[in-house]
Amino acid sequence: MCGIAGLIHRGNSAQIGKEMTSMLQSLKHRGPDSTGFALYGMPDAGHYIMRFKVAEQEDVKQGFDIHRQMRERKAAVDERLAELGATIQHEDQATEYAFRYVFSFDGDLRRLADYVEDVEGAEILSLGHALELIKDLGDAGRVSGQYALADFQGTHGIGHTRMATESDVDIRSAHPYWAYPFNDVAVVHNGQLTNYWGSRRALERRGHRFMSNCDSELIAVYIADQIERGNDLEGAMKRSIDELDGVFTYLVATSDSLGMAKDVMAAKPMVLYESDDFIAMASEEVAIRSIFPHEIDTFDPYEGEVRVWKS
Amino acid sequence: MEELNQEHESHRMGMHTEQLAGRTQQVFFSAEEGENFTYPYAFDVDFNKRAEFDAAEMEATAVNLRIRELMSEGHGTIVIKNPGAKHGLGVGILNRLQLYFEGSLGYFGCGLIDGPNVRISGRVGWSCAENMMAGTVVIEKNAGSTFGAAIRGGDLVCKGDVGSRTGIDQKGGTIVVGGKTGAFSGFMMQRGRLVVLGDAGKNLGDSMYDGTIYVGGKIESLGVDAIEGEMTDLDVLWLRRKLKAFDLEAPNGIENMTKVVAGKQLWNYDNLEPTEKKLVL
Repeated sequence: MCGIAGLIHRGNSAQIGKEMTSMLQSLKHRGPDSTGFALYGMPDAGHYIMRFKVAEQEDVKQGFDIHRQMRERKAAVDERLAELGATIQHEDQATEYAFRYVFSFDGDLRRLADYVEDVEGAEILSLGHALELIKDLGDAGRVSGQYALADFQGTHGIGHTRMATESDVDIRSAHPYWAYPFNDVAVVHNGQLTNYWGSRRALERRGHRFMSNCDSELIAVYIADQIERGNDLEGAMKRSIDELDGVFTYLVATSDSLGMAKDVMAAKPMVLYESDDFIAMASEEVAIRSIFPHEIDTFDPYEGEVRVWKS
Repeated sequence: MEELNQEHESHRMGMHTEQLAGRTQQVFFSAEEGENFTYPYAFDVDFNKRAEFDAAEMEATAVNLRIRELMSEGHGTIVIKNPGAKHGLGVGILNRLQLYFEGSLGYFGCGLIDGPNVRISGRVGWSCAENMMAGTVVIEKNAGSTFGAAIRGGDLVCKGDVGSRTGIDQKGGTIVVGGKTGAFSGFMMQRGRLVVLGDAGKNLGDSMYDGTIYVGGKIESLGVDAIEGEMTDLDVLWLRRKLKAFDLEAPNGIENMTKVVAGKQLWNYDNLEPTEKKLVL
C-alpha cells in the first residue's frame, strides 16, 4: 500500500524534520516496513552534503566480521574522497552503518559518486547542496529518533512509509530515492509500475545505474534522465504520465521545488492542502491533520495531474 | 393471457423504466416521517434528545461505539466534534438518526448506513457512504475518490469537488456533486442517478448498465457504451426538486445540463429491481 507525504514552506524555513515525522507516523498503517525522509535545508553552494551507508541494517545483525568490514569500507570512502580532491568539513555518524559528510569539492560529481559506490557495500543515499536523505527500517518515530531529525530546519521535504510488496525489506529498497547523479533530486512513490523492466533496460543502456529492484527507483532515474536531456522538472513529470505505465502517485523534490504527479487512472490517493505560504500533501488527510489540528480545506488532485511548487 | 404479459404489466405499473415515467425503485427516506423502521432491535430515538462529544482523542472504533451507545439511550441527534479525518467514522448505522460531524472524515466514512441523516461540515476521504441503503449524507466541502461506491439508495450530496470513480457500481439512490468530478465517474453504474453540476472527467459512465447521469459542465469524454440522452420535462422537474432540497443550483441552468444514459449495447439487462420483478411475475 505505502504512504507518501510532502510539505513545502514558501519563503521561510521551519522544523520540517518534526513535521514530516508527525505526518509519516500517522501513515504508519499504510506501511510499517521502513520509513524514509528527504529533507531540504538551506542550500549552501560552497559545500556538498552526502548521506551514505556502508552496510544494510540486516548485515549488522548477521555478519561475524561485519563490524570490521564497515570500518574498512568507511576508511575506503574517506580515501577515495581525498584522492579526488574532496575536503571533508564535517562528519556525523547516525548509526554504525550510516554517515553524513559535509565536504567541499569542485570536480566531476558523477565520477565522485561512482568512485564512492565502487567501495563494496557503500551506497550514496543523497548528494547535494540542500538534500539530506535518511531511510531505515521501522516506523517514522523510530527512524526520526535514530537519526535525530526532530530539530532539522528546512524549507521542504518528502517522505515515505513502505509496505514491501515486490522487493526486499531493506534500506536499499526503502524510499525516497535519490535521482543519481543529480544532486538534490529525490522521489517517493505509491503504486506499481508495470513497464519497469523494459524501461529499466532502456535507462541502463543510457548509462544510468540502479541500486535496487524496486520499481519506485525507476521514477527517480527516469526524472534524472529527463533532466539530463534538458527537460525541466515539470516537463519531465508531465512526460512521465505517458511513459510510465501502471498505477502511481509520486512526489519529487529538488533544491527549491516540490512536485506531484498522478497517473491517468487516479488509482492511488493524494490529498492536498494549499495556502499562500504552506503546502502539504499526503496519501491520507489524517497526515495533514497531524500538523494542522484546526479546520482546513483540502482536495484531491485529478487523474493525470502534475503540480509543481517553488519554495 | 395477454394481460399477464410481463412487459405490459410492468409498463402498466410504471416500473419498467428509469426514465422518470412513474414510480422508480428509489425510496426517499425521511427521518421526520416517523415510520416504523424495519430492522429488528433498531433503537427508538427522539430527535429532540441531543448529545455531543469530542472525538479528538478517540479511536474510530470508540467513536462508533459511542454513537451506538447514545442511540441506545434514545438520543436522536448526535453532534461529533473534531473527527480529525479519521477513517471509518459513522459506519453501519441502521437507524433513524440526525448525525452531525463538525470537521472532516477520512476513508470509508458513513459506509453501510441505512437510515440516518448525516451532515459533515468538512471534507470526506475516499469511499464515503459506500453501500449506503437509505438516508441522506451531505458534505459541505470536497470529497475523495469512489464517492458513493455501490450505493443502493438515499441521497449523497457533496457541495464541493469530488475525486475519480464517483458512483462506481451505483445500484440506486442519488449522488449529487456541487462541483466537478474525476475520471470514470458512473463506471459500471446499474441504477440510480448521478448529478454533477460542474465538469466531468474522461470516460464518464464507462460500461454503465443503466441509471442516469446529469452533467452541468463540460464532459471530457464518454466511456464505453455511455451515450447522450434527451433531457425531458420530467428530468428538469426532478432535478429542480432535488437541487432545491439541498440549496444547490446548476451554474448554466438545469435545462442546459447534459443527460447521459447507457447505450445498452454491451449488456442485455432488464431494469427491474428484484422485488419489482417478483410483483410482475
